[in-house]
Amino acid sequence: MSRQSPSQTVGPFFHPALIDVQAQNDLVTPQTQGERIIITGRVLDGDGVAVPDAMIEVWQADYQGIYPHPNDPRHTEADPHFRGFGRVDTWQTGDTFTLRTIRPGPVPWDDTIMQAPHINVRVFARGMLIHAVTRIYFAGEPANAADPVLSRIDSARRETLIAQQEDTGDLPTYRFDIHLQGDSETVFFNP
Amino acid sequence: MTDATSSALDWSVHPPYLHEPYRSTVKRSPQQPLVPLPRTLSELTGPVYGEDTVRPEDSDLTRNAVVNGEPIGERIIVTGRLLDDSGHPIPNALIEVWQANAAGRYIHKKDQHDAPLDPNFTGAGRTLTNDQGEYTFTTIRPGAYPWRNHENAWRPPHIHFSVFGTTFLERLVTQMYFPGDPLLAYDPIYNGIPSEEGRQRLIAAFDLDLTQPEWALGYRFDIVVCGPQQTPFE
Repeated sequence: MSRQSPSQTVGPFFHPALIDVQAQNDLVTPQTQGERIIITGRVLDGDGVAVPDAMIEVWQADYQGIYPHPNDPRHTEADPHFRGFGRVDTWQTGDTFTLRTIRPGPVPWDDTIMQAPHINVRVFARGMLIHAVTRIYFAGEPANAADPVLSRIDSARRETLIAQQEDTGDLPTYRFDIHLQGDSETVFFNP
Repeated sequence: MTDATSSALDWSVHPPYLHEPYRSTVKRSPQQPLVPLPRTLSELTGPVYGEDTVRPEDSDLTRNAVVNGEPIGERIIVTGRLLDDSGHPIPNALIEVWQANAAGRYIHKKDQHDAPLDPNFTGAGRTLTNDQGEYTFTTIRPGAYPWRNHENAWRPPHIHFSVFGTTFLERLVTQMYFPGDPLLAYDPIYNGIPSEEGRQRLIAAFDLDLTQPEWALGYRFDIVVCGPQQTPFE
């Protein structure tokens, strides 16, 4: 066993290396299968002020609920036009992040139970010595009621994990604000 | 899914969210208890990177941004292995780095430190680990720079590292420091690490064998991520 290397903050100056080098806020190509959706939101600090120098990373299954990774037993059937990873910051876009992706399919929990469609999230920022881990679920999704992760969470806080659909004319758009602390603090998982 | 507990993150080496001497943590630190997340396929998978991800020149920061000459400063080679905490090397993993130039100035628009930019240095690089989990960067030793955390605060010279393991559980962003640096004792980011053992992990080792005579000094920096220590489906 080797001791783990400690995490350190991403700091304020990551954009040239991690963001500008390659746009990663659009996970969709014309060949990608599945329903196109937009996810947008802000990262808010304990005073409710938008954090302008945060970075969000997302990792999700394809439209069938398959991860394009060898640990997924079905990975050879994954959509070859979907990488599943995205990255976006909150600076250049008025403190708001926006991702275009597809609605993921349900993912196995074990041999019999499925997890509701969700997106895995990592939050990085100046002032965060280690990233925060959360998940995005979708409002109006019937499978949420039986999701084994959501059902472990106190009902008062569960809502912080559910992106709300906004009334817009174009693609289905879900708002997911991430509250780092305060009365509406988002549920964060052990990283 | 056989594991009812969640990550095996070692909190004796990782910093807490709230570390008051680093002022920006005060309003940005979650305060509710973290919820254990069992390891499902969502945790035990992660982005896969291939040879198309990087170009060979991306790992040489002394050459990847040349406009009209060589970057100024002390050339260094930084090399090491990426391992999980069971000691297994991690091949084909994406490592991204960014840093200040030799004068302590980032190319970033928000860095207004009164020190010169270097027209031939952006301080950004990336590479993939090889089959043995090894990586190498050639770069310029970064300078120290002031920040406004407290009166007369200076960051010790450091290189930021962003690392993807084989799963998203292993995701790590960290910083590499230099041995014998007197600024380390005063740095609240470095000292947010709760144990001396953890702090020592982030200090690169000078290695004469890695130096290239008449060309560059050499440092070794191994990175250990929290690996999936249990088979998910049995």
